[in-house]
Amino acid sequence: MGKSVLTSPAIMIDVRDLHKSYGHTVALAGVSCSVNDAEIFGIIGPDGAGKTSLFRILASLLLPESGSALMNGVDVVKDYEKIRRMIGYMPGKFSLYQDLTVEENLYLFATVFNTTIEENYHLVKDIYQQIEPFKTRRAGRLSGGMKQKLALCCALIHKPEVLLLDEPTTGVDPVSRKEFWDMLRQLKKQGISILVSTAYMDEASLCDRIALIQKGRFLGIDTPQGIISSYRRSLWSLHAGNVRGLLKSIRSYPHVRSCFAFGESHHVAVEEGFSERDFQQYLSSKGYGQIHLEPISPTVEDFFLDMTIDN
Amino acid sequence: MKTLKFLIEKEFKQILRSKMVMGLILLFPVMTMWIFPWAIDYEVKDIRVNVVDQSQGTYSQRLIQKIDASKYFRINATLPDYTTAYRGIETADCDIILQIPPAFDRDLIKTRSSSVMLSANAVDGTRGMLANNYLMQVVNDFSSELRAGQVAALALFPQASLPVIHIQSRYKFNERLEYKYYMIPAFMVILLTLICGILPAINIVGEKEQGTIQQINVTPVQKFSFILAKLIPYWIIGIIVETIAIICTWSIYGMVPQGNILLVYLVSFVYIVSISGLGIVVSNYSETTQQASFLIMFFILIIYLLSGMFTPVSSMPYWAQIIAYCNPLTYFVQVLRLLYLNGSRFADIAQSTGIILIFGIILNLWAVISYKKRT
Repeated sequence: MGKSVLTSPAIMIDVRDLHKSYGHTVALAGVSCSVNDAEIFGIIGPDGAGKTSLFRILASLLLPESGSALMNGVDVVKDYEKIRRMIGYMPGKFSLYQDLTVEENLYLFATVFNTTIEENYHLVKDIYQQIEPFKTRRAGRLSGGMKQKLALCCALIHKPEVLLLDEPTTGVDPVSRKEFWDMLRQLKKQGISILVSTAYMDEASLCDRIALIQKGRFLGIDTPQGIISSYRRSLWSLHAGNVRGLLKSIRSYPHVRSCFAFGESHHVAVEEGFSERDFQQYLSSKGYGQIHLEPISPTVEDFFLDMTIDN
Repeated sequence: MKTLKFLIEKEFKQILRSKMVMGLILLFPVMTMWIFPWAIDYEVKDIRVNVVDQSQGTYSQRLIQKIDASKYFRINATLPDYTTAYRGIETADCDIILQIPPAFDRDLIKTRSSSVMLSANAVDGTRGMLANNYLMQVVNDFSSELRAGQVAALALFPQASLPVIHIQSRYKFNERLEYKYYMIPAFMVILLTLICGILPAINIVGEKEQGTIQQINVTPVQKFSFILAKLIPYWIIGIIVETIAIICTWSIYGMVPQGNILLVYLVSFVYIVSISGLGIVVSNYSETTQQASFLIMFFILIIYLLSGMFTPVSSMPYWAQIIAYCNPLTYFVQVLRLLYLNGSRFADIAQSTGIILIFGIILNLWAVISYKKRT
């Protein structure tokens, strides 16, 4: 209702200063963010950064130590029963009943939410049709990609306002991953807000906005473009014939801030005073031949790696 | 209600699809009722006796013959002295030594009384004790026979007659004192405890391991419905198992409950409810199936041994008796024996059944309370 009045988009998820630790291990050290209505918001970070803890708190499965999280104004701690009707949660590990069939799993989750498959079929139709040929197969015998599709159907069948997807594409082949992201864009069009986490940096650009997380803290929240443009250093890609020891040699060069291997090439972030010719001479003197050096524009991953150095 | 019905359906589908669990539910009762009662038998037969007959008289020979004639004893060897006979015990070749002193015959004739010495091998306590008791009985019988013979001789002189007391034992409710009949109700108890205790114990924890519990926890399903949907299938399975056990007992041993069979079902159902509640409690507190199975086995061992199933509660030390009276199995095995052997009526078992019911209510409430949808 208020959407037409407000100039800024309505906030669906509002996370304020969440803290959570397990004994001495800090999982979340005060994270805050807000997710807009019908937005794909990505939480990007390595394993153990605190992504799953954040999702479990938002899914009302885990109690935070301090801080608050509201979903469409509903508190995830106090009004957890309301929250459970609002969200569709997909844990990182495949968590459907492996000994029930595809059809039975979907029917089960529709029933426990007091709805029917028919009622919300329009939401899952596009996805369910892909797995429908296997509807009498037990969920445990599906391929990784199909399992994810089924899990998404089950999370959607009660028509949630928010989808919480914890690493949905981990362990899924590249084609299925692409299909999965296409599905998320379709769901976004239906007005569902999607909070999705991933350890794959290349998926960051598929989100509307992203938050980079490490050691329980957000390193930055912006659109993927915004994140990239906030990268101020000049970045070079380097190919060389003899790779042995190359990384170490590059890192020991004075004007190099950081260097990381990206497949066959190395991404070298440099500081002021860097000279391409001096650098090439330095590498030749170290015995590396066939050096190919070119300036490149950064990716989210470069930004992320750069941020981790400061931490 | 609709959710509950569907959740129960789901549990049944999962149980029916697990071939191993299904096999267990159907084969386990048959195996238990068919094989174990034959294997676990306290009746001691073929007791090997080493005889040291230093008297070598008529009476001592009669006594030895009488022992040899009994179906329980076999004369292993007749040896000249105790030391040689004792070697038989050391090498475990004999179970008991009967030593007849040199003065046996002479004393019997002269003073009308004499004594023999029995030394039983008590490494296997039960066998030793029973061998000793049986042999004592034979010796006592022998002595009454002698007296009876003397009475006949003294009949001519009525004033001098000796009083003779014949003891005739009768075992009520189990006339031939068949250990099997005593143990069969106990085997039913063992069976129900294992199936309805262990299966629920590994159920919820299995969902924890699979991660499926997370998906259920984010749904609006009430924990009461969830737990109830977990329990009801095991109640039904318990009743099926009990039925198989009753049919086996009847067809193999010809044994039917002397009391009302509906009472057997009633008390079994109350017990099944209690023990499956315990299983769920264990499941709620465990993180892995391994933990849950160890924990439930630990509890089952305690409730088996401190229940009066194998040894009478009254012969336990005081502290063990206290535990035994806090054990639902104590009451269940007692009621089931009453129903199977004595043919008790409802009034006789009402109190014990009520106590099992109280255990059931406590354990099941605990099961619902200890199930947490949030951590």
